[in-house]
Amino acid sequence: MDSHILIFFQVKSPEAKERQKMTEIKKEEITKVIVISSDKVLPSDAAMKIYESEFPVTVKETCFGLIVTGPKEDVLSVAEKIRELDKNHIFIKDRGFPAGDERRCRASRGGGPRPGFHFLREEVEMLPAIGAALDDLEAKGCVKEKPEEKRRLKVSELEKVIEAELSR
Amino acid sequence: MVKVFIYPINSLILADLVERFGHRPLSMMNQIREKVTNIGLDSPPINITSEDPKLGLKYAAIEVPAGVRGRMSLIGPLIEETEAAIIVENPPANFGCVGCNRTNELMKYLVRSKNVPILEVKYPESSEEARDFVSQIAEFLESLPKENSEESNKADKEKTAEEEDSK
Repeated sequence: MDSHILIFFQVKSPEAKERQKMTEIKKEEITKVIVISSDKVLPSDAAMKIYESEFPVTVKETCFGLIVTGPKEDVLSVAEKIRELDKNHIFIKDRGFPAGDERRCRASRGGGPRPGFHFLREEVEMLPAIGAALDDLEAKGCVKEKPEEKRRLKVSELEKVIEAELSR
Repeated sequence: MVKVFIYPINSLILADLVERFGHRPLSMMNQIREKVTNIGLDSPPINITSEDPKLGLKYAAIEVPAGVRGRMSLIGPLIEETEAAIIVENPPANFGCVGCNRTNELMKYLVRSKNVPILEVKYPESSEEARDFVSQIAEFLESLPKENSEESNKADKEKTAEEEDSK
């Protein structure tokens, strides 16, 4: 009998549930833009990887990569997982608006590029070179190469240059 | 970990490189997120209120256009947190919301007058320039301290205290 009473008190009316929802502290949600500039990984591969990981995040595939929205910890761990697919060719930044937000989504704004797209497109053009530079940096293991010191030209080297010029 | 101010303030490449080398980028996107995902929207849709240009008065005078003051109300708090900065000259597409030249000049002036370590580089246009660009940024970021600074430690402590209070 006691257990029945307990169950009766635990069942809440829809209004009470709504009130509880409103007073609950909303978990901090963040959004990340994942830009893929890789020869090995496609945006769809990255999206599949997220679906497999079963994190409670919203994923939107775009022409340059993905937009991921969800609780902070989940989005950060998802972003790290995706970065591991091709570390130097996947680039990530924060985004202010959630994925598919009506204030930014082109579907509700009558088409055309969304605000912020132009600069992203310019940067995306530079990403292969940045990725290659990161590969070089990783391979060499040092931050900066020392430039060769200026020195006098050796006679033997000068002779080689003259011979090469004369043999043309 | 150091809070690194980046210019252009919404740059993907800079934000990614700063995070990659273990620091925290101070970017516009976080400020915007706080503004537009706030539970109580005072002024829908993007929550810009008449209070914003007033906040911007701290950084720009009343004669300055309201747009500059509005932008500074978001960027100013970031500049106050700055512990290091990377400024890229001649970024290719500096228009749209971040294309206000007067705000950009003011922003760079405030960062430069803050006496924090600053790296100024040119935006790369070829793969050789990209290599130099990345190596300069990597060298700069690796020269910054990896441990949490005093200010961020304080902020973290305050945050944990708040969390405990809320529990």
